[in-house]
Amino acid sequence: MSLSYPSIIKSLPKFSKPIYLDYQATTPTDPRVVEEMMPFLTEHFGNPHSITHEYGLFSKKAIDLSRERVADLIGARSPKDVLFTSGATESNNTAIKGLSWYFGKDKKPYIITQRTEHKCVLESCRFLEMQGWKVIYLDVDKYGRVDPAQLDATIREVGPDKVSVVSIMMVNNEIGTLQPVHEIGEICSSHGVMFHCDAAQAVGKMPVDVQKDHINLLSISGHKMYGPKGIGALYISRKPRVRLIPLMSGGGQERGIRSGTLAPALVVGMGSAAEIAGKEMAQDLAHVTRLGKKLRDGFTSKLEDVVLNGHPTERYPGSVNMSFSCVEGEALLAGLHDLAVSSGSACTSASLEPSYVLHALGVACTSASLEPSYVLHALGVSPELAHTSIRFSVGRFTTDEEIDKAIGDVTTSVKRLRELSPLWEMKQEGIDISKINWTMH
Amino acid sequence: MLSQITHDIITFKGLGTIFKSMSTAETTLEGRYSDKVSDHYNNPRNVGTFDKEDPSVGTAYEGAPACGDVLRLQLKVDDKTGKIVDAKFKAFGCMSAIASSSYATELVKGKTLDEAGAITNKDISEELALPPIKLHCSMLAEQAIQGAIENYKKKKVGCGAKNCCSTDSSSKTDCGA
Repeated sequence: MSLSYPSIIKSLPKFSKPIYLDYQATTPTDPRVVEEMMPFLTEHFGNPHSITHEYGLFSKKAIDLSRERVADLIGARSPKDVLFTSGATESNNTAIKGLSWYFGKDKKPYIITQRTEHKCVLESCRFLEMQGWKVIYLDVDKYGRVDPAQLDATIREVGPDKVSVVSIMMVNNEIGTLQPVHEIGEICSSHGVMFHCDAAQAVGKMPVDVQKDHINLLSISGHKMYGPKGIGALYISRKPRVRLIPLMSGGGQERGIRSGTLAPALVVGMGSAAEIAGKEMAQDLAHVTRLGKKLRDGFTSKLEDVVLNGHPTERYPGSVNMSFSCVEGEALLAGLHDLAVSSGSACTSASLEPSYVLHALGVACTSASLEPSYVLHALGVSPELAHTSIRFSVGRFTTDEEIDKAIGDVTTSVKRLRELSPLWEMKQEGIDISKINWTMH
Repeated sequence: MLSQITHDIITFKGLGTIFKSMSTAETTLEGRYSDKVSDHYNNPRNVGTFDKEDPSVGTAYEGAPACGDVLRLQLKVDDKTGKIVDAKFKAFGCMSAIASSSYATELVKGKTLDEAGAITNKDISEELALPPIKLHCSMLAEQAIQGAIENYKKKKVGCGAKNCCSTDSSSKTDCGA
């Protein structure tokens, strides 16, 4: 039986148009972006590398413009510093593996990163570890921030000329914490060490300046900034010169670093999103700051014992990851039919894993699929709070009414589940749950 | 049946922009839970608390906050008939954990201690059609039933120390699936 796309939609059990509060997982493609993309899916279908005819040249021009727009958005010296990829995962892989392979594990055996990076960064590092590199995972404080002094000490300890790359993200995808990127950049630059920054959650949503922050490589994700999915970019500075071994072999497109025919529609989507983001950044940021705060304040004013995860001020304000004490995250989600949110990072949720970022101190559940967030774990958030976390993220199109409804629904659900919770009862009786000797595996 | 490929699809402000937020069957709640689990989650039976000190009550806690599951099961036993006349539960955990303990309270009511002791996790997981990844919830519920029975029995015999029996769950907790 063959299905059509409309019939798939029709056959869904429940199409109830929940309120979308999962902007950190992905953003809707801005209608203006879709409009700019459309011609490149229809009449202007040329291969941008076919420079012998108009079809190709037209596509190429559109891509050149997109490159300029992305370069402007991040403060790059020149559009030539921007390469297009299939997304931030590919950009991260290209940067970390590319640099490490170029230097070689004999010359520069060390890679320095930190525990709350996105899985694609951690997995790239793990992959290189298996190939013989030594990876140092910096610890983070209880807000998820790296200590620049510790980075400096680590680089000195192993020897700056022995480090292939330092890879530290700008904004964490689960808890919104902003890393001290400027200090990190200065430290790396002073030691002559390559600094790669996964800025997927930051670009287009807050000011990014790769030159000011001494960032050598920067990963960008199209679908996190109201562009289409399937497109990303990698900024690679040319001063100082950065050399990489490419992941993809082929026709030599994108300065030989990323072979493959570019998709003009997607690249245009990214360029268009970049332009809009640049123009509307101030108002977007004001909007998400206001609504993010409204959401947080809504919870803290109506409920006791709720905790915001991540740094209180050094953060992307649209990200609101909260722990609701004594209520388990998945059970809470089950009661929120009208909201689209996540209990932890969507990217790690292939199984039932909430979030590795919140993965608790000490006790690890034996089954990987029952692990709570590794990001929260790295923060040292107590195990119980790790299982009670929900990630809300607001965006350009979020409205006040949606926030009001979210606050109402969550409050109701939390209160109901607390009535069912033995932990909540114990708390009300003044018992300190952390002191109890639970029977452990 | 598309329960294996569950998509949440949202139309955006009616402008015709459609985007998908995709989850696997494991994470989407509609796709993975049986109607019975949903029913217990939305209408849990026998939620509440008996007085732990009451000699006719047996109490057990299973699980740990670190694992994301804590079940408390309490039985009220009629001394004369040896039958469980009432049961109450509270649960911190996912839908399956709540459903397993809610169903457990239904299962034990009216049974003798021996009959209740014979209840297995399979009785619970099959009835609720728990997916493999959630089978441990039914095991916790089984352990809770047995723990509560044991607690009641211990109290009857009289072990002396007031608090040790009521909060001690003597069976092992395994977070693994």
